[in-house]
Amino acid sequence: MIRALGRSALTVVSELGEMSLFSMAALRGFVVQRHRLAKLVTAIHEIGVRCLPIVFTVGLFTGLVMGLQLYYTLVRLGAEAALGDAVGLSIVRELGPVLTALMVVGQAGSALASELGIQRNDEQIDALQTMGVDSKGYLVGARLVAAVLCFPMLTAIFDLVGIFGGYLTGSVLLGVDAGVYWHHIESSIGWDDVSGGFIKALAFGFITISICAYRGYNTHRKASFPGVRGVSESATRAVVWSSVSVLAADYLITSFLI
Amino acid sequence: MVQRQRAGSGLFNHFFFDLMDEVFLKIRGLKKHFGSNRVLDGVDLDVARASVTTIIGKSGIGKSVLLKCLANLLTPDAGAIELEGQPIAKSRQSSDREAGVSFSYMFQNNALFDSMTAADNVALPLVEASKIKRAEIRDQVAEMLAHLELTDSAQRYPGELSGGMKKRVALARALITKPQLVLFDEPTTGLDPERKFGVFEMIADYRERFGFTALLVSHDIPEVFEISDKVAWLDEGIIKFFGPPSELNEDAESALSGFLNKANYGRKSNV
Repeated sequence: MIRALGRSALTVVSELGEMSLFSMAALRGFVVQRHRLAKLVTAIHEIGVRCLPIVFTVGLFTGLVMGLQLYYTLVRLGAEAALGDAVGLSIVRELGPVLTALMVVGQAGSALASELGIQRNDEQIDALQTMGVDSKGYLVGARLVAAVLCFPMLTAIFDLVGIFGGYLTGSVLLGVDAGVYWHHIESSIGWDDVSGGFIKALAFGFITISICAYRGYNTHRKASFPGVRGVSESATRAVVWSSVSVLAADYLITSFLI
Repeated sequence: MVQRQRAGSGLFNHFFFDLMDEVFLKIRGLKKHFGSNRVLDGVDLDVARASVTTIIGKSGIGKSVLLKCLANLLTPDAGAIELEGQPIAKSRQSSDREAGVSFSYMFQNNALFDSMTAADNVALPLVEASKIKRAEIRDQVAEMLAHLELTDSAQRYPGELSGGMKKRVALARALITKPQLVLFDEPTTGLDPERKFGVFEMIADYRERFGFTALLVSHDIPEVFEISDKVAWLDEGIIKFFGPPSELNEDAESALSGFLNKANYGRKSNV
């Protein structure tokens, strides 16, 4: 059993190392790519713009639920005036970056893993290499840069919409004074909370898109099946591992920030 | 290995025969294994400049593996590959490509980017791996598409093209960089006899026009021999026959004859 554990640990460490080298190679490849700006704009559209509706919707419902749940908890303590603090801090510090990352993984990350898996099976990645094009830089580099740029922005949008959702249930539906709600939002959320959330978003962006790209790009080596089943396995594993990594990284970063 | 000289196909002029005396691609002792399966076990091959060399052999014997080793898509376990006397890894660099030492690879399933139009697919190697200006790339692509009678399909996506048209787009993409060596991995897979003949004719025609060296993997025996200057028979990980197609059936008792008979090679006189 100890041997099996050791083997698993070595596999995880070696995968992490390989994935880090893959991401570095992709970024290095992107730096020497031609038409970098055009590729970056396309990647920002894929990761940022296309994910905006889902991030907006999930942010709104998260805020609505948070307003509802926290109101009924705080009202028992006679502290419903603190609804703004509770909603604001939990969204800005934790729920904003984590849920945004999970939503983007579900939409853009799974699409990226599938796309690269199909391109691998269809020999399109090999074709790039025979053309003298750095395939990692061409296919992955711009997406990594776009993820690092977009995740904090999407998180900011999630935070704003979520806080507004809390206002809708807390103040509009349940009667907490709007002035009190917004005053508590303003007084409780400090720059440290906001920057902490952005640091998390940056890390989540890099980690999740790296995992998804790595799994898709290496479908031929990592999947247990060839063909379509291999692609679907790559996409599934990419989403699962990205989601687990988001939660694990969240714990680690939070313990450093607190 | 039976080593023969000079194709003698009569298809090319003296210029080509002069060029064809020169060894362009040299493979020595190439080995590649996957687990315990030794696919290539010391392949030696000399490919003459501006010639068409066809590799034949049973399915799964390692023909595509050999091409992929040449294209650096697989790393050989041992052996040397030289293009114009230089290790092939060096010839692949983009700076060398611009200096004129380059190769292209035409994949069995074409490997076209399905989210790009035919014109964009053809332009891709120039857009991404050369310093040529956009306007010039547009002109070169238009010219290449015109050569291959694809002008009307330039703005269509691969999903909207027929099998033969996809092959032509893939060929256009392979030739747009004016490569000196083109590797064709079963270029006629999935085509009907008429289209197969069309693709072979196209390869022969463009080899003559652009002067590239072609290395083909094909199962289309004997049709492919009509455009081949040399044939290499890969069996048990090594090249067991290398020579012009006219000499393929000299030893009727050999294993090669057995393979050719199974491959329906009964039209020797037509070659």
